[in-house]
Amino acid sequence: MERVVLVRYGEIGLKRGNRPVFVAQLVRNLRRGLPAARVDNRFDRIVLRDVDPAVAAERLRRTFGVASWSPALEVAPDLEEIEAAARQLVAERHPSPGTTFKVESHRRDKSFALTSPELDRELGSRLMVHFPGLVARMRDPQVHVWVEVRDRAYVYTEVHPGPGGLPVGTGGRAVALLSGGIDSPVAIWMVAKRGVQVTPVHFHAPPFTSERSRQKVVRLVEVLAEWCGPMDLWVVPFAHVQRAVRQRVPEPLWTVTMRRVMMRVAERVAERVGASALVTGESLGQVASQTLEAIAAIGLATRLPVLRPLVGMDKLEITALAQRVGTYEVSTQPYEDCCTLFVPRHPRTRPTLQEAEEAERTLGTQALVEEALAGAEVVTPVAAVARS
Amino acid sequence: MEAAEDSCARWRPSCGRGTITGAVRSVYLDHSATSPALPEVVDAVRHALERVHGNPASLHRLGVEAERFLEEARSTVAAGLGAEPPEVVFTSGGTEANNLAVFGVAWARSSPHVIVSAFEHSSVLEPARRLRQLGVQVDFLPVDRDGFVRLDALADLLRPNTALVSVVLVNNEVGTLQPVAQVAALLDEAESRWGRRPLLHTDAVQALGHVPFRVRDLRADLVTVSAHKLGGPKGVGALYVRRGVHLQPSVLGGDQERGLRGGTPNLPGIAGFAAALRFWTEQGDRLRGVLRALWAKLRAELASCPDVRWNTPAEEQRTAPHILNLSVPGLRGEVLVHRLEEDGVYVSTGSACHSRRAHPSHVLLAMGRTEVEATSAVRLSLGPSTTDEDVAYAAQALKAALEDLRPLVQR
Repeated sequence: MERVVLVRYGEIGLKRGNRPVFVAQLVRNLRRGLPAARVDNRFDRIVLRDVDPAVAAERLRRTFGVASWSPALEVAPDLEEIEAAARQLVAERHPSPGTTFKVESHRRDKSFALTSPELDRELGSRLMVHFPGLVARMRDPQVHVWVEVRDRAYVYTEVHPGPGGLPVGTGGRAVALLSGGIDSPVAIWMVAKRGVQVTPVHFHAPPFTSERSRQKVVRLVEVLAEWCGPMDLWVVPFAHVQRAVRQRVPEPLWTVTMRRVMMRVAERVAERVGASALVTGESLGQVASQTLEAIAAIGLATRLPVLRPLVGMDKLEITALAQRVGTYEVSTQPYEDCCTLFVPRHPRTRPTLQEAEEAERTLGTQALVEEALAGAEVVTPVAAVARS
Repeated sequence: MEAAEDSCARWRPSCGRGTITGAVRSVYLDHSATSPALPEVVDAVRHALERVHGNPASLHRLGVEAERFLEEARSTVAAGLGAEPPEVVFTSGGTEANNLAVFGVAWARSSPHVIVSAFEHSSVLEPARRLRQLGVQVDFLPVDRDGFVRLDALADLLRPNTALVSVVLVNNEVGTLQPVAQVAALLDEAESRWGRRPLLHTDAVQALGHVPFRVRDLRADLVTVSAHKLGGPKGVGALYVRRGVHLQPSVLGGDQERGLRGGTPNLPGIAGFAAALRFWTEQGDRLRGVLRALWAKLRAELASCPDVRWNTPAEEQRTAPHILNLSVPGLRGEVLVHRLEEDGVYVSTGSACHSRRAHPSHVLLAMGRTEVEATSAVRLSLGPSTTDEDVAYAAQALKAALEDLRPLVQR
């Protein structure tokens, strides 16, 4: 009898052709996240061995591609052994007279002597003999005993939901704009959930932003790495762009122009790291730069598709997600941020592409982008267990 | 002085990027935030950690030794303040001492009236505001444009039930030396009128060492001091409580520190505090002269900057020798702080700026500055390790920063 953790991957099971690729990536991700465990890829389950279920739980609830998981006992496909395992698990639930229970069997290995309904009945009556107070109930039992019979048999009484999604690394790569705010980390989390590997880019503007705000972004990447695996954070200097925009662009267009330069820098980072899309935390209409017109003018600065996973969400929904991800506490730390210097008093809320392009004619965009890239620094924050 | 230089050299943070004249230096002009530990202090703390194992409250011989060690340090600090040893109550620093003074007086009196100056440190202001929320009568004493409390206003605010008047000795942001002796004289008048003298508290955290004073000469009943502004350890300070003054304790759970502050005393910190104060007592005259000369030089070097508006008055008689505060209206203080950091010059804003909202300095607002001026201030503060070259370099860096940032100044 061996204590194992049984991991199910719902959605990726459906993708027939790609399935081996997806499963192999999920196995790799689990091996990286649980270096001490043995990760055993069998039939349509992954079995984790030599791992404390509590440690595994922390990892599994942040591993995309995991549909659900159960701490289980693995035994030989033999009725006596299955009974012993079931007895042990039921005993661990401390049943008292009147405790309701149910046995639900799945016989995948047809060479096993009993059919699933026969196994349900047989195991059920044996448990009632051993625990005299048990009462069988098919609906909402207090103790639910599952049995899966394959080349080995698995017995378990708990099923915990995983985060779902697709294993990170199966969906290509995207470059994400990461500020210190609440939204952009959530946007990264959402595309990572679809299997995309993300390279975050942070625009750092000393002396207008401080070393602390940079550390805050590093901390955000540490929290995200718990979900996405290690990520290379690009820290790109931006003060020279802010100064140039302030001096050479009409004030109402500062914001849209700076955002367009950011998209160009991000596109160049995407070329370097082999990414095929950009990701932003924009959601429609939150602030002046996020009107449909502004989003259009900003998005047209790049050839790459711009993913905006938060586009239809409101602040409360984003905040709730940020709390679940674990980035909320970091994002809301109040560090000085002097970008007000570069926020126009009366921004153009509905800029046209023509206006935006006109504003850039004397900006020297190309040189600004090159200077930003030349000063870029790449750091790889280490994953830290998020307190969420 | 050489010893102090050494400790600073060891401590120095990573140098700036050196955007001016290719020079890469590190100039720390934030001694009023905290001053690097003196070598004497490091030795004293190490000695206490290595050699003094007992708890001063223990009955056995090691406890007695620790107690003797503690009382020696207390005598040193008391001598530095001109107090008797039992009048020194060690605390976790200036903030705790200020809290103990304000709450300790208010809770020990029935229906007290409390006056604090409008530009006290927040560890006096916040307890005063809390008292007001709890129904205590509290008045805030206004200050004038130069940064001095208005004695005429104090005379009007005093009442028969005034229990406490708290006026800082040296303001922490602008460095002005307050007329505490004259405040004491007004309290004498109150006493002769109503037969009861309000207690006088002064927060001397920035003054200690930098401005010579004896608590008896100040005629203060309560005086707050802290170690780390003098090159002592962080997390240790004291409240002088004049003999005969009754306070409610701040920390319950032990009869240490005359029952005013329970808890095992921070022996290593206290030993470091005593060492720092001894250093300043021995070297004070010379250091104050050096600091004042550097102060004047820095001021003179920046005299030609058209954008600079001084918040620290020029009168040497009425200012501490180590603090200079200036505003560049329209340029946020923290931008200047970060810009100077690029050249390895470390200063502070008078105020903190959180998220996107500027928090103007309450000190400068109390001094009648505009909101713009009060969000555009930086404080330069000197210490024993500051040299002539440091000051010249800092002035040059500041001029270069102002030149560089001028296009961004919001008018």
